[in-house]
Amino acid sequence: MDHHLEQQAAESEKKAVKLLGMWASPYVLQVRWALAMKGVEYEYVEEDLRSKSAQLLAYNPVHKKVPVLVYHGRPIAESQVILEFIDDAWNHRGDPILPRDPYRRAMARFWARFKQDKLSPPIWRWFTTEGEEQEAAYEAAVEQLLVLEKELAVSGKPFFGGEKVGFVDLSLSPLAYVIPIYEEIVTGGGGGGVKMVTEEKMPSLAAWMGRFLSSPAVRGHLPPLEKLRPRCQAMREAFLVSARAKVEQQQQQ
Amino acid sequence: MSSSPPVKLIGHFASPFVHRAAAALRLKGVPYEFIQEDLENKSELMLANNPIHKKVPVLLHGDRAVCESLVIVEYVDEAFDGPPLLPADPYDRAMARFWAHFMDTKCRTPLVLSFLTEGEQQEGFLKETKENLALLEAQLDGKRFFGGDSVGYLDIALSGMSRWMAVFEEMTGVSLLADDDFAALRRWAKEYTSNEAVMQCLPGIEQIKGHFSATAKKDKVKAVATAMQQQQ
Repeated sequence: MDHHLEQQAAESEKKAVKLLGMWASPYVLQVRWALAMKGVEYEYVEEDLRSKSAQLLAYNPVHKKVPVLVYHGRPIAESQVILEFIDDAWNHRGDPILPRDPYRRAMARFWARFKQDKLSPPIWRWFTTEGEEQEAAYEAAVEQLLVLEKELAVSGKPFFGGEKVGFVDLSLSPLAYVIPIYEEIVTGGGGGGVKMVTEEKMPSLAAWMGRFLSSPAVRGHLPPLEKLRPRCQAMREAFLVSARAKVEQQQQQ
Repeated sequence: MSSSPPVKLIGHFASPFVHRAAAALRLKGVPYEFIQEDLENKSELMLANNPIHKKVPVLLHGDRAVCESLVIVEYVDEAFDGPPLLPADPYDRAMARFWAHFMDTKCRTPLVLSFLTEGEQQEGFLKETKENLALLEAQLDGKRFFGGDSVGYLDIALSGMSRWMAVFEEMTGVSLLADDDFAALRRWAKEYTSNEAVMQCLPGIEQIKGHFSATAKKDKVKAVATAMQQQQ
């Protein structure tokens, strides 16, 4: 295709594809990286989730959340559904997001769900609690992370998707940049303290984190760490304050 | 795509999640051996093949193990020849996956709790469930099945509504699908449960009732909740 036609194609694609998102959402970032992997041009709309737009409510009346991908005016919600859609709609372009082989696809879907069901809950609990509850959450999270570590180590591949970033890497992406932020905040920012992913305990995962952030699709749109840190800090504080207030209330009764 | 390695499905006859996997196999025309699992005394075979979740269904295809009911349905669709379960169009595929996800993450819990709670709590869950059912009713949009003219992925994903809902309604006296608002869903349930392939792996109402009554030790809430924990 000559340059002029390419430009035209890109511009018309941008009109056809719209992404409603929010800067801090890891689910939105996953979709942006998937679109980058396919070289898809799109219009990005930043949503204020405290004051949701009429557009967002119209496009995602069921969940009222981001991300929402709008393709030729038709909306698709839920990040995992969107990732699979991107792979289906642009399967002739770029790298595959899901593997082609049916069994490997099943495994990819399994690991994506593992992250939601088994991994995210204890990590979130660890980040939003203290004392014994936090310790228990830490142990639970580490147990699940070790399952992932084993999976990656046994494969001997650089990414969960194999030689290149894939569906599972995208689904696990918050581990690559959110965990280090959580670790800093939980240990009070000083050196030492309790880390969750260490090179000694989880060498494959630790290496994967840096490798993932340096991969072509991701480094074109890095997670906004500087803005995320204070936001995460405020979240942890809000949860702790609320939990302590509840304990006090109970003690006063 | 060779289907010659043997296919086994580890499951439980009364499980709506296991039914999803079995329905996919039947609709695709894949012969399989069904291995009934005692959920209170889990087998080595199941635990070895689903060490992470320790739940049914588990599909064994030669030396491959696939877990999680909807992951199994997509695997069956992709690994074997036969009529497609998911639509061909990417947007239609996304909609099928979206509504299946909706059932599993937003709809199921309040639906089950509508049957298992009482008083004001129950009122709340019933209201929420009716709103959710209305969304699904709208998705049928005059079609015979969610998949169109033939049974597809979303019908399979929602199959719990076609049979297990009636069981809970009979066991508790709570009426949901009988509502005027859900004529299309009632029609769909009849169509789905009359499908030849589906009927071969769909437990009867009395069979399911018998199972839940048998497992009820202390109270029905605990029994059903525990049973559902063993399935995915």
